[in-house]
Amino acid sequence: MPEPVTTTIDVNGHPCRVWTKGTGPRLGFLAGLGGLPRWLPFLDRLAESRTVIAPSLPGYPGATGHTELDTHLDWVLAVRQIFDAAGLAGADLVGASVGGAFAAEMAAIFPGYVRRLALIAPFGLFDDQEPAADPWAQRKDVLPGLMCADPANWDELVAAPEGANSAEWPIEMTRASEAAARAFWPLGNTRLEKRLGLISAPTLILWGDRDAILPPSYAGKFAQGINKGINGAARVETVENAGHLAYLDQPDAVARAVLGHFA
Amino acid sequence: MKLMWFHLMPYTELPEDFARKHPSVWVDIHSSLFDPRRAHHMYNDFMDELEYAAELGYDAVCVNEHHSNGYGLMPSPNLIASSLARRTTDTALCVMGNSLALYNPPTRVAEEFAMIDCISGGRLIAGFPVGSPMDTCYAYGQNPSLLRERYLEAHDLVKRAWTEKDTFAFNGRYNQQRYVNIWPRPIQNDPHPPIWIPGGGSVETWRWCAEMDYVYCYLSYYGYKAGLTTMQGFWNEMEKLGKDRNPYRAGFLQFVGVAETRQQALDLYTEPAEYFYGRCLHVDARFATPPGYTTEATQRAGIQSMVSKAANTASYSSKLSMKATNMKDIVDGGYVIVGSPDEVVEQIRHVATSLNVGHLMLLLQYGNMSKDTTKYNTRLFAEKVMPKVKDLFGEWEDKWWPKPMDKGQRAAVPAFRPQTVAAE
Repeated sequence: MPEPVTTTIDVNGHPCRVWTKGTGPRLGFLAGLGGLPRWLPFLDRLAESRTVIAPSLPGYPGATGHTELDTHLDWVLAVRQIFDAAGLAGADLVGASVGGAFAAEMAAIFPGYVRRLALIAPFGLFDDQEPAADPWAQRKDVLPGLMCADPANWDELVAAPEGANSAEWPIEMTRASEAAARAFWPLGNTRLEKRLGLISAPTLILWGDRDAILPPSYAGKFAQGINKGINGAARVETVENAGHLAYLDQPDAVARAVLGHFA
Repeated sequence: MKLMWFHLMPYTELPEDFARKHPSVWVDIHSSLFDPRRAHHMYNDFMDELEYAAELGYDAVCVNEHHSNGYGLMPSPNLIASSLARRTTDTALCVMGNSLALYNPPTRVAEEFAMIDCISGGRLIAGFPVGSPMDTCYAYGQNPSLLRERYLEAHDLVKRAWTEKDTFAFNGRYNQQRYVNIWPRPIQNDPHPPIWIPGGGSVETWRWCAEMDYVYCYLSYYGYKAGLTTMQGFWNEMEKLGKDRNPYRAGFLQFVGVAETRQQALDLYTEPAEYFYGRCLHVDARFATPPGYTTEATQRAGIQSMVSKAANTASYSSKLSMKATNMKDIVDGGYVIVGSPDEVVEQIRHVATSLNVGHLMLLLQYGNMSKDTTKYNTRLFAEKVMPKVKDLFGEWEDKWWPKPMDKGQRAAVPAFRPQTVAAE
């Protein structure tokens, strides 16, 4: 299968990589923790019938500029600039984990920008009764098992590819973690709850049944928050044998659910 | 040279099996281990020890800030320093220091330090650490990606608050205050109290200290052997920047245990040293590296030095991985200097000259060392070691030392006389 096409857009004077692949109606993807250090089988499944556009958010692999962003509004406006420059306005949108929180913000604040929405274990809420795990305070040997049901899937995501600069690669991976921390430290709670009711795009909420970062019960809280809005239309599906980054554990099942929802 | 007496204020009654049964001495140490009634005695013992050190003629007494920490019971070192301001007369008060990004607004630090400076008649040394990951990012919830910028901005604000004569508006990236005008103002106003920066071995910190003309302090728990690489790096950088080798540009922390003989010293100090290195430094590695805390430049330097096999103790994770917890390794590694007075003299002279450090901060209490042993260590050092090392660096001027009011102009502090109730 051919490689995705790489373009670079400018956000606040910093480069952001945009990967594009496939044919058919446009579909945007905002990745979760770790970003996209490499192209994924999950995205290949989507690209079979859709034009997949996957921009890197500031600070994630392929992009810098997270250090310009101090507030949540700064972040959301950076995402909007990315949508404008990458041609994502009005497309279907998939957002996972930290990217899921921004996908939900886009649908809530700029409703014309999102046709249909799929959220995979998005960040943005925190429940005192069921606290989310702290992804930024974990020993190296524990982290992969928190990110994925099969820890090898996380290891594969972040492993340095052949030919990568061995000094710079770990710094890029740490930068991705810093970018997530910059926007979501310390609890992952961006008060998104206040804005969920503004989402009018038909929304599918997918959650891995073995998510060890965000409890699967958070899916219901998202659906409830969206459905309490006047035009809210959200439903929940559980992904079997999947962890927090369900698109790494079960690429086929997640792609099938997403494509079904967008059909 | 200056000999400064530093207290960490460790909780002295952590259980023997602490490191086996508990994940961390820091951040999530369990509250059931803390007995406030025992802490009452610990605080009072520790403050007695600091006052005792001042009486014996140490140049300064030093306190520092930690949070949710079983080896550092001073979330607010300023409280201890204000008490010391009243119970000491000529000793410098080194608050090492206040983690600027943790105060909202940071002018709180400018105010409290100005209070201590006024109460003490101008004896304050103002330490401004960024603060450890455990203290700042985890215990205090600060965003690691914003911490350093917030710290630098808070520093600018505090310095302006001390030095500008008129009320001003501060329009910062992280702090906005319409009316900055602190009362009280520090006595040391030419231009402000000496500023000392405790930091790891990052080139950025060294450059900043040189640019601002601040004292750089390397507060490692791992002694002079491990500290040599860092201090050499510091002095190499000073040379590159065209700064002189004035040893008073630097401070260094060293554990010491002195007794009549080396064997007696080992007998006395093995338990408290092993308590400190075994229990107090039992920190869960998951709290060591919040993303963004270490700058990318320092990450690059760390990776390069690992490649070149040079010892690098700049990061908390590498510190944690190098620790020894038995006395032989602790002494062999130079973490704690032990010996007879003459042996300690020789080693202190070696530390001071090899590291070129004019401000030596001594930890003479550590771990579960009792008040009696601490006082013995403190007295023997003052009587038999201090006179034989004080002459070092006499040719250099310490431009970074407090300049208090003349003694004759300072308030007399009445002796403390508790009212005693006669027993029936």
